[in-house]
Amino acid sequence: MYETLCLSALPEGESAYVTQVNAGPAMDRRLTDLGLVRGTRVTCVLRSPAGDPCAYLIRGALIALRRSDADGVVLERQAQGAPARAVAT
Amino acid sequence: MNRIALAGNPNVGKSTLFNALTGLRQHTGNWAGKTVATAQGEYHWQGEDYQLIDLPGTYSLAAHSQEEAVARDFIRSGQADGVVVVCDATCLERNLILVLQVLELTGRVLVCVNLMDEAERLGIAVDLPALSQRLGVSVVGVSAGRETGLDALRDAVAELVRTDAAAAPERAPQERVGLAERYAAQVVRSENAQRRRRQQRLDRLLTSKSTGIPLMLLLFGLVVWLTVAGANLPSALLTQLFAQIGNTLDAWLSPAPAWLRGLLLDGVYRVTAWVVAVMLPPMAIFFPLFTLLEDLGYLPRVAFVMDHAFQKAKTCGKQCLTMCMSLGCNACGVTGCRIIDSPRERLIAILTSSLVPCNGKFPTLIALITLFFVGGRGGLLASAEGAALLLGTLVLGVMGTLACSRLLSATVLKGMPSSFALELPPFRKPRVGQVIVRSMLDRTLFVLGRAVSVAAPAGAVIWLTANLTIGDASLLAHCTGFLDPFARWFGLDGVILMAFLLGWPANEIVLPVMLMAYLSTGSLVEFDDLAALGQLLGQQGWTWLTAACTMLFSLFHWPCSTTCLTIYKETGSVKWTALSVALPTALGLGLCLCLTAAARLLGLA
Repeated sequence: MYETLCLSALPEGESAYVTQVNAGPAMDRRLTDLGLVRGTRVTCVLRSPAGDPCAYLIRGALIALRRSDADGVVLERQAQGAPARAVAT
Repeated sequence: MNRIALAGNPNVGKSTLFNALTGLRQHTGNWAGKTVATAQGEYHWQGEDYQLIDLPGTYSLAAHSQEEAVARDFIRSGQADGVVVVCDATCLERNLILVLQVLELTGRVLVCVNLMDEAERLGIAVDLPALSQRLGVSVVGVSAGRETGLDALRDAVAELVRTDAAAAPERAPQERVGLAERYAAQVVRSENAQRRRRQQRLDRLLTSKSTGIPLMLLLFGLVVWLTVAGANLPSALLTQLFAQIGNTLDAWLSPAPAWLRGLLLDGVYRVTAWVVAVMLPPMAIFFPLFTLLEDLGYLPRVAFVMDHAFQKAKTCGKQCLTMCMSLGCNACGVTGCRIIDSPRERLIAILTSSLVPCNGKFPTLIALITLFFVGGRGGLLASAEGAALLLGTLVLGVMGTLACSRLLSATVLKGMPSSFALELPPFRKPRVGQVIVRSMLDRTLFVLGRAVSVAAPAGAVIWLTANLTIGDASLLAHCTGFLDPFARWFGLDGVILMAFLLGWPANEIVLPVMLMAYLSTGSLVEFDDLAALGQLLGQQGWTWLTAACTMLFSLFHWPCSTTCLTIYKETGSVKWTALSVALPTALGLGLCLCLTAAARLLGLA
């Protein structure tokens, strides 16, 4: 069973795979340049003191993204006991 | 002459490699480790001359930003005989995306995998021959920081300019990412995650909710304290030395007419000597310490921790990095704003850049804090108290920046924050020796040189205003008298305001001009100890309120002449330059007015 969640809902220390990127054109390009495309594995590594932005491990590099941008990245992962905030897409 | 372009992602040590190869020791990525304009340098190898062009660091060549367009156009134009793409061995997969993109523009490519030493420390091994085979071009591994592998790189470059290969067919961006992933999986082996765990632990410590902000304040506080405490003795020694040299010069110049002696010695020499004696020691301590934090990779973490505040101000989190640059020199901060992609957010960062106090304001702030707020005592405790107050002043500057950014976002520069991705590069072991050399040569001497070149003519002008008399008083006295009633409203006096006006070329000379005007001796007076300075200011009617208002106005007033010129160059607009002058001035005067009114109302002063 797979669960769908958005990148901003990925808990610290956990990983998932990108299934869809719904960002504006500028952010979409920037994310592609950074290697964040469909099928990419992403891990949430750090949470800033305010909880926003968070830093994600993307293809070996640590990239900080704001919640408003991370909201547009849809992930999929093997369902676990406690489901994270799901996204209706 | 063979022309070689250096391309690569940001933060891959491209500038370090450029310096190591050309030996220019010209730190192009001036402040945030960014190369903004294309730097050029030459080197000689095996009887041939090579010209290196350091292209801006980019994640892509799709020409979405100015930097990308510069890099792509140069590579496509065929002006280069070869392109060296610099990669970070600790993060090869992402770097390969750019390599593949460059390979679609030209076949004359050499891949230089940098930071091999860092990768080794992190337990990452890169199979260079296998990578070369897959990419179809030569691959060389180097550690630019330690200068290893450079000869092999020079050999490979010599080979590169002799080969001719066609560009690869263009691929879709997604396809490129997939290919990079496949190659990386085949050539990169990663083991021994212990070091990486240590990096993550350090990262968590520096950015977590409970420790991130306290540690940031502590680190900046420590830097400020070391600067305050360490600068006293060398400053005193330099002042003594300059006084002796002054006496000798005086003896030499004794045959000259009095006015010339006055102009040269009391005007030009004394002001210049003051600026050097007061500025050099704090800078020589502050810049290396700051470069050390930068070299370690700490500054992007500060931007990460602080980003939420910038989000609320509807601006870019990278503004935090340009503010760090402004701390050294506002003009550097203005140029550094090029790292911000969105024009609206870049303009906000430029307009608010002078709200962070630069190094040149430190001596004035430190002197006033020591005299009026820690009671002029000496010793470690007093210097810690002084550092805490100076840190508080810095925090006030940051708050002013955030407030003004928010104000601009709500008025003349309306808009929503654009998307933002900030890379947090791995912590790197700082190379202490290089840091000291680099920060001394590129920053300390550079800023000092500029300050001196401004201070010398300013010294002459100040001497003239103080010595040319109209009627019964000097020009300076007329001006201060004229300004006085106005200045009183803001808790200042005519002399203080005039000193800030005359200090437009360089903030460092504000305090000396003040003293000169108060003593109306027509020349700059040297003070061996602060106590005498405090006495003088007391005689002129200074209270804690005068000191507080002077500090506030020092923190928030018009940018210095160099910064104004840089802002004009960067924005290309008189209107925005005028706003960058008006905004901090209005803020400073407003705060002084409120503080003075409140203090007088409450009967505190």
